Amino acid sequence: MVKKLVNTTGNVKWLSPAGKLVALLLALVIVQVLISTNIINDYIFATFVTIGINIILAVSLNLITGFTGQFSLGHAGFMSIGAYTCAIITLRYSTVFGFLGGVIAGAVFAAFVGVLVGLPTLRLKGDYLAIATLGMAEIIKILFRNVLEDITNGAAGLSGIPQYVNWLWLFIFTAGTVTLINNFIKSSPGRACISIREDEIAAEAMGINSTKYKVMAFVTGAFFAGIAGAIYASYFYFISPDLFGFQKSIDILVIVVLGGMGSLSGSVVSAILLALISTYLQSFPELRMIIYGVLLVVIMLFRPQGIMGSKELSLSLLQKWIQGIRRKNGGAA
Amino acid sequence: MLILTVNKLTKTFGGLMAVSNVSMELEHGELVGLIGPNGAGKTTVFNLLTGIYQPTSGTITLYRDESKEQIQGLKPYTICKKGIARTFQNIRLFKDLTVLDNVRIAMNKNVRYGLFSSFFHTRSYSVEEKEVLDNSIHLLEILKLDHKKDELAKNLPYGEQRQLEIIRALATNPCILLLDEPAAGMNPAETAQLTEMIGWIRENFNLTILLIEHDMSLVMKICERIYVLDYGMVIAEGTPSEIKSNKRVIEAYLGEEMGNA
Amino acid sequence: MERFLQQVINGISLGSIYALIALGYTMVYGIIKLINFAHGDVYMIGAYVGYFCMTTLKLGFFPSLLISMLICALLGITIEKIAYKPLRDATRIAVLITAIGVSLFIEYGTMFFVKPDPRSYPPMTGFMARSYNLGNLVFSAQQILIISITIVLMILLQFIVKKTRIGKAMRAVSLDRDAAQLMGISVDKTISFTFLVGSALAGAAGILVGIYYNSINPLMGIIPGLKAFVAAVFGGIGIIPGAMIGGYFIGLVEVMVSGYGNSMYRDAVVFAILIIILIVKPSGLLGKETREKV
Repeated sequence: MVKKLVNTTGNVKWLSPAGKLVALLLALVIVQVLISTNIINDYIFATFVTIGINIILAVSLNLITGFTGQFSLGHAGFMSIGAYTCAIITLRYSTVFGFLGGVIAGAVFAAFVGVLVGLPTLRLKGDYLAIATLGMAEIIKILFRNVLEDITNGAAGLSGIPQYVNWLWLFIFTAGTVTLINNFIKSSPGRACISIREDEIAAEAMGINSTKYKVMAFVTGAFFAGIAGAIYASYFYFISPDLFGFQKSIDILVIVVLGGMGSLSGSVVSAILLALISTYLQSFPELRMIIYGVLLVVIMLFRPQGIMGSKELSLSLLQKWIQGIRRKNGGAA
Repeated sequence: MLILTVNKLTKTFGGLMAVSNVSMELEHGELVGLIGPNGAGKTTVFNLLTGIYQPTSGTITLYRDESKEQIQGLKPYTICKKGIARTFQNIRLFKDLTVLDNVRIAMNKNVRYGLFSSFFHTRSYSVEEKEVLDNSIHLLEILKLDHKKDELAKNLPYGEQRQLEIIRALATNPCILLLDEPAAGMNPAETAQLTEMIGWIRENFNLTILLIEHDMSLVMKICERIYVLDYGMVIAEGTPSEIKSNKRVIEAYLGEEMGNA
Repeated sequence: MERFLQQVINGISLGSIYALIALGYTMVYGIIKLINFAHGDVYMIGAYVGYFCMTTLKLGFFPSLLISMLICALLGITIEKIAYKPLRDATRIAVLITAIGVSLFIEYGTMFFVKPDPRSYPPMTGFMARSYNLGNLVFSAQQILIISITIVLMILLQFIVKKTRIGKAMRAVSLDRDAAQLMGISVDKTISFTFLVGSALAGAAGILVGIYYNSINPLMGIIPGLKAFVAAVFGGIGIIPGAMIGGYFIGLVEVMVSGYGNSMYRDAVVFAILIIILIVKPSGLLGKETREKV
């Protein structure tokens, strides 16, 4: 019995669900082997973790901003809620179950705050919403730094957080996030969200309660950002309020914009790219931010749809791309 | 049998009275026209009927299943769920989405599976998605746009975009269809096709249709009754032949001088 | 009571700064509907230019003020030409993202060249170091300077907007860009001028802050920029008197929260005010509701 690994719709070839599963399992096993044989050492693995976290953050922000068209500049705020919640729980209950409980609690709490923030502010449009979400994230930061000092240890941060994130967990959460959000996009509520981005008034006229779906996308995005925060805390073992400020929100925005607002695979590709660039430019933090700034301007001026536009990576796209390269080289000869 | 009544509907914007004491009645299955010079308030009436504007005063009553309900001031998505669908004067398609998706989105309100199914693609997801897909394609087939189902809406020629707007509205399974200048920008051949389509839809979908139009040939041909609006008020109501010879209507469109001539 | 009045004086001084910055936000938003994220950084550049004028070039305060305003004006025009003008018909999110990019570029570009460490303005001498007493209240010369310069600039601005042709052009383009163009107004020049004026005011605010608070650093524009934006929204975004009122309101609120409450909360309070305005009356104190035509 041959399992079908490739589906075709129209002219586009995709990996079928079975094909995707095979690819994922292969990735999981191969990397695990590389880690166990120390070909991938701690330093490289740290980059993997950063990539994973970036992917989760980018994909969840893309859901809110790229697919539903709600410009959120406070995504780091949700990340910090996930990070602190998980850290506080695992510091108390240092077991794998504590860790998992911490991740879930972090995500749920972030989602809850997402409801609180979203309900009043998602009525606002474009720029106003952006500033309101920015303000919200700043308020959260101030809460963690000053008001809740007793629990969060204030500006000094929390250290010694138990490190439960290994390749298996990283992989599960990252692949899980991308899969779940991709599933959501391809469902009826997902389409409703996209229609709101396209034309909110028309969507309402077609029976779609735009506030409900905006909040749905926002809360979902917050949930996964919470997971990303929890993973961050449980690998890099130290968190402080200033890690999750405006700069972090911008970092995530750059990933989404570069990859293409409305393309999940774009976010994945761009998350990997920018994680590598960040690591490379670690010793030159100002240069990195200058490049990010220029990148944002240049993308908006010359290619606002980013790398992937609103298309997703598919086998056909890869084929065309490879053919295109072959043609160029063949033609030159 | 009444399906919709509008009673003394008024809408003011600041100092401007856009719609003033408008009253109308629609019977089930009728094809009624709403005409008037530019700026008369026709689209404003549509916006009031579909919940985009809140009326300053007056009521709108929907009669369904042997009960009646006041629907003025309700939100647009609620009114759509109650069975009133519309098209827009300036096309408001979901431009970067395919024809198929434009139709599928309009079927959203019929979908019953919830968030969990959306995330995990359960059985109910697969079953209902197939239903939505089949229903959407079927609708496109009946209305002869299925061959373009994977085209992006923005790439359709103008006439087909207008057609898609109507199909999308139909996908919400309405009992009343409001068409806002569906023939705008069309040449005579396209208009004739549209005229046929509207009549056909009314028959086969068991609809009541209220139509805003400037193209008098279309209006006079298919409307059974016509309301005439000017400066936000109803100035005449009747059959096409009555309206054609109504002095006030002629004046409103052509100005006083012609009326006296 | 005296303590309260002293706080009021402090609040009005701080409010003057916010008003100057808020004016730039509001004018730009009024004319091209853009939240100029980079505006706070123009203010920061003003502070640095003033710093270099007064330390390296050893110029007096007023020449430095003028140079600051001039350079910031030029900076504002340049930013508009390069980053915003090409996107005039793009979506608002696109321009907002570009503004964020420009902001990052200015902040970290400055940091790259002048190093992130804060710098101090030279100690004030002569009349600028004096303070005046009225009963038990203390006015420092700097506060008087800030308040009076702000008032002069605001009067100047009102004159430009109400009594000159270019001012009329600004108002016309804010209301209806296409119609203004049809009437023969050069939209490009008008928009450039708006940026010129707004940025000059921000530059003035920068150098005034330099001599008032003494310490400057490359990221100093972010939070004051946000707060000035809140001020502009409070008064009614796009409405010039609104920015003035908003600036003083936020300045007073901040000083009162610091003085009577906990200074750690002052930023949070300002952001909370923003959220509340946006929910209750997004058009602001002096603003009118606008709706999208369907």
